[in-house]
Amino acid sequence: MIRQEQCKVISQIKLAENIYELTLQGELVHEMKEPGQFVHLKISEGYDPMLRRPISIAEILPDESQFKMIYRAEGRGTALLSEKKPGDYTDVLGPLGNGFPISVAGRGETALLVGGGIGVPPLYELSKQLVNRGVKVIHVLGFQSASAVFYEEKFARQGETFVATADGSAGTKGFVTDVIKRLNIDFDVLYSCGPTPMLKALENQFPHKKVFLSLEERMGCGIGACFACVCHTGDDPEGYSYKKVCSDGPVFKAGEVVL
Amino acid sequence: MNSLNVSLPGLELKNPIMPASGCFGFGREFSQLYDLSKLGAIMIKATTLEPRFGNPTPRVAETSAGMLNAIGLQNPGLDKVVNEELVWLEQYDVPIIANVAGSQEEDYIAVARKISANRNVHALELNISCPNVKTGGMAFGTIPEIAKNLTKKVKEVSEVPVYVKLSPNVTNIVEMAKAAEDGGADGLTMINTLVGMRIDLKTGKPILANKSGGLSGPAIKPVALRMIYEVSQQVSLPIIGMGGIESAEDVIEYFYAGASAVAVGTANFIDPFVCPKIIDELPELIGKLGYENISECTGRSWNKFEKTSHYCS
Repeated sequence: MIRQEQCKVISQIKLAENIYELTLQGELVHEMKEPGQFVHLKISEGYDPMLRRPISIAEILPDESQFKMIYRAEGRGTALLSEKKPGDYTDVLGPLGNGFPISVAGRGETALLVGGGIGVPPLYELSKQLVNRGVKVIHVLGFQSASAVFYEEKFARQGETFVATADGSAGTKGFVTDVIKRLNIDFDVLYSCGPTPMLKALENQFPHKKVFLSLEERMGCGIGACFACVCHTGDDPEGYSYKKVCSDGPVFKAGEVVL
Repeated sequence: MNSLNVSLPGLELKNPIMPASGCFGFGREFSQLYDLSKLGAIMIKATTLEPRFGNPTPRVAETSAGMLNAIGLQNPGLDKVVNEELVWLEQYDVPIIANVAGSQEEDYIAVARKISANRNVHALELNISCPNVKTGGMAFGTIPEIAKNLTKKVKEVSEVPVYVKLSPNVTNIVEMAKAAEDGGADGLTMINTLVGMRIDLKTGKPILANKSGGLSGPAIKPVALRMIYEVSQQVSLPIIGMGGIESAEDVIEYFYAGASAVAVGTANFIDPFVCPKIIDELPELIGKLGYENISECTGRSWNKFEKTSHYCS
């Protein structure tokens, strides 16, 4: 169920260049079920900014009624969010959207988790839940450069983890798709979140595999009412049928929507 | 006496608060959050004869105290709206105001005829003011003679009262309002969005794929208030006011300007519970202002005969 709540800031940690980890506490944590869902934050009380900001959930900690988000301070909203201190409150609407289907990967099977930049965070909760189910996880994480890398060790504790950077300053130089090809990684299910060109490349690279992709799009309401974040469907790419990224997604099966 | 009851052509409203068209879909999403029967009415998303996918994304961009949108009248088309959305909405005790759009006169007439025949549709909102479509939309709402004729034709086929939604993108709003009145409109809704643009500093190009979009939110409230103030003194039609409303105080301000009911748009995206919150807060504010019913507030800003010294906080 979607709730609106003033959540308390527990911690705010800078993880990498412009990348922050924010931990919030609130009862709506107990509504969070699937990895890959997101929350919609009203960052300031006034009109600067006015609209909410969608941010993915990186980790759910039900015992403490807390959850973590990792975001990049980029625009006005996220820059203000990075100034929040422990003890502050922020208005949270969520959890929203449909996350990654974890039951698709069975016990003993292998899941490949591929993240790009600020698309990496939701894969952490996904990885935890898959490991809990007895699924073997392999992570391939892409970043711009060494200064943008985060959570490498935390992912490594869950399973094998490979990092790629565009400039080669950390891990392998190149794209995540290069790493997967070079290492010839075998898997049963692929889950990914990141920039659209990366998602497209993965969709094309593995047309016969079970692939699930989390999309990003500019949103208005976050609950499916405003029709800002729609995309065409794979079976009707030029027609009238559509999916809303916020409420039908943000996770879709590869081919379900036009990237 | 209930302080929020309002009576308008075709609409016996338990309160004068309704979500604005395009900001509430067909209600399904918000029904997960609260009981839609609490609302005075619902202005459903614009309906066209054929389905429309709308514009490419990005379709929204934030601005100072407002937002731009260029959705492009995405909707499943008349048949689906009538057979699925309106049927689903029948479970709620709330009158529906159906927003009717089109790219040519025949479209408007066909949609108005069929949609007005539904038992939960109590009024039409004639959308001659959408800025985000290439043909039709706002083109019908900026030339008085065309607006008048379209209103007249839609009135001839509609089984329920017709409210004409005015565009603020005109030099003389009173002239447009009079055109709608001459065409036989039963009421006005105002205002639709103001055409605007934002440019991405990285690319140097407009943020919206459609380039321009409609500005809504608190930024446009003073524009709407001024237009309602002028129109309400010049025409005798009731006005449903809209533009940046997000509190009970905003509602009263609109009534003072000359509105008889209001619609809440953009604020639904920021606080999805804003409509029920305003409905809960209004009775106390009306009492504090010394009124028995909110209708007494209509036109206070220009009504010379209205008794003064209401406010006693």
